[in-house]
Amino acid sequence: MDFTRRETLALGGAAALTFVLPFRANAATTEELVNEFTGGADIADAGVELTAPEIAENGNTVPITVSAPGASAIMVLATGNPTPPVATFNFGPLAASHEASTRIRLAGTQDVVAIAQLEDGSFARSAKTVKVTIGGCGG
Amino acid sequence: MISRRDFLQVSMAASALVGASGFGNWSRLAAQQALTQDQLLQFDTFGNVSLIHITDIHAQMKPIYFREPSVNIGVGDNRGVVPHVTGADFRKLYGIDDGSPSHYALSSGDFSSLAKAYGRVGGLDRVATVVNAIRADRPDALLLDGGDTWHGSYTCHHTEGQDMVNVMNGLKPDAMTFHWEFTLGSDRVREIVEGLPFAALGQNIFDAEWDEPAESFPPYQFFERGGVKIAVIGQAFPYMPIANPGWMFPEYSFGIRDEHMQAMVDEVRAQGAECVVCLSHNGFDVDKSMASKVKGIDVILTGHTHDALPEPVLVGDTILIASGSNGKFVSRVDLDIQNGRMMGFRHKLIPIFSDVIEPDAEMTALIDEQRAPFMEELSEVIGQTDSLLYRRGNFNGTWDDLICDALLSERDADIAMSPGVRWGPSLIPGDDITREDIWNVTSMSYGEAYRSEMTGEFIKVILEDVADNIFNPDPYYQQGGDMVRIGGMGYRIDVQKPQGERITDMTLLKTGEAIDPSKNYVVAGWASVNEGTEGPQIWDVVEAHIKKRGTVTVQPNDSVTVVGA
Repeated sequence: MDFTRRETLALGGAAALTFVLPFRANAATTEELVNEFTGGADIADAGVELTAPEIAENGNTVPITVSAPGASAIMVLATGNPTPPVATFNFGPLAASHEASTRIRLAGTQDVVAIAQLEDGSFARSAKTVKVTIGGCGG
Repeated sequence: MISRRDFLQVSMAASALVGASGFGNWSRLAAQQALTQDQLLQFDTFGNVSLIHITDIHAQMKPIYFREPSVNIGVGDNRGVVPHVTGADFRKLYGIDDGSPSHYALSSGDFSSLAKAYGRVGGLDRVATVVNAIRADRPDALLLDGGDTWHGSYTCHHTEGQDMVNVMNGLKPDAMTFHWEFTLGSDRVREIVEGLPFAALGQNIFDAEWDEPAESFPPYQFFERGGVKIAVIGQAFPYMPIANPGWMFPEYSFGIRDEHMQAMVDEVRAQGAECVVCLSHNGFDVDKSMASKVKGIDVILTGHTHDALPEPVLVGDTILIASGSNGKFVSRVDLDIQNGRMMGFRHKLIPIFSDVIEPDAEMTALIDEQRAPFMEELSEVIGQTDSLLYRRGNFNGTWDDLICDALLSERDADIAMSPGVRWGPSLIPGDDITREDIWNVTSMSYGEAYRSEMTGEFIKVILEDVADNIFNPDPYYQQGGDMVRIGGMGYRIDVQKPQGERITDMTLLKTGEAIDPSKNYVVAGWASVNEGTEGPQIWDVVEAHIKKRGTVTVQPNDSVTVVGA
């Protein structure tokens, strides 16, 4: 349990985001951003890997890794953040590894989405729910 | 030709047969008042490898009572399957007679009277006898400790885990993994680990800054036993910085990291491992889920959720072993490994009936040596109990009801909160409550009892958050504890609902009024994960309360209404 008054208020705020506006608020934006990236093309479920923790140890700095062999670009969206775009990684033709790692800030529990443009020009998508929790009651 | 899968299923049936007849024997023998050590240890040595598993001891060196839960709800794919089967349903599932020793050891129901008949369980000197007997059968058996070892008692707290380190070294384990150990602080953990005569493993213990495997905790260790190359991979508790105070070990990051687990399995197989054992502190449902995703693990020795199962659970080609907690059980698993394949297994969950199993004298002396400097404080009688005091259960236990009562009255609060941990032995009606007993259910390195104001809305946020850590349908999002215990307030929970919709009907008990989301309430609790939490230590609060009461009676608690189970 977390209980200083200041953090109580902060958590209350985060919780309001999580419970009252659970990444629906930005759903339209997410879709628009994806369409912009893919030009409306079909998106396959396989081809890009997104590694992220199931539960964030610290919502302010969540380590993620995206990887898509042969990809020319990978876009990462935090669908529940006030500003969903996180990064778009571009890989040149001589790139040895089509993988990138970074740390992102998450406003609350939400889906992180990675969309990759693959070698043949097609697109692939992967998503993972990352929980941002109060915690504090371990077994 | 018989496939590997068939072999496993055949031997599973055989194992179930051994298990079942073992139980049947105990029942009959108990009826004749003739349960013996030989019966408990009876095992036809099998194959070429033996594993001995003990986990979640929580620093219980001496025999104790430990009541298993009557409420342990599973959700999603785990609804209604072990370990989420309790009491009479559990006995029916495994063919256990009512009133038998296995009833007492493995399931809830009639606990107080059975405890009087069968006595205490556990005691690391009894465990030593069992381990020595297995080693007499199979001298190179591997002894693996699943963690939560250096936490949970007065002496462990005051020696910062040294008492348990000394006693466990007497048992000579081969490897260990971790959870509550880290609440000693990372400097102390490293100090102990550097001197350990066995492997300290955790493939998911990472350096927080670099997000790379941490140097002090190797992912795996190889052993050559019975001519078989065995790799033991460690898996520490994944959610330590969330469920426990991360500021006590800021250099480390955890997580399930199943992709790294797969990489480690592939790595040890490439190095010639013929048998892969995962020594895990994930919790049973998380391990079950991991076993379906990570390929190539033969045995997962599970921990954290304190489940005791008399038979292995099979997931694909992986067997899962659940060995209970508090020194109450030891599992023996014999494997037949041929040409890099597990061709069969035989298993027995050995309950440590402390009046039946002869203590190992050397180990008794070692334990008493650790306790000697503290005996006066430990043995002081603070009060008596008229009620069974226990903790395990998803929503409440009488120990926590008593702790919440202590918080409400000693800290003058409207509402009390007590963390839903699963450790802490039981006391039976008529028992003295000693200082040691209070510390057994409260001791920790962040036991300060805070007192603060919270709005009704925020209290709901807390309950919803904790409930989702237990009842999220995907085990990977569960932290493996029980629900935060609440004093002074009732509520209704629908475990099947999503987060934000599970908790309704929050009621302040002293007025009978509904909790007002915008109103402030005085809340007293303990075990905050926040740095700088202020207040008296919880064991002092509880001791003061029990001293005033003299004899404790805990009324049945029906303030939580559960639906969707």
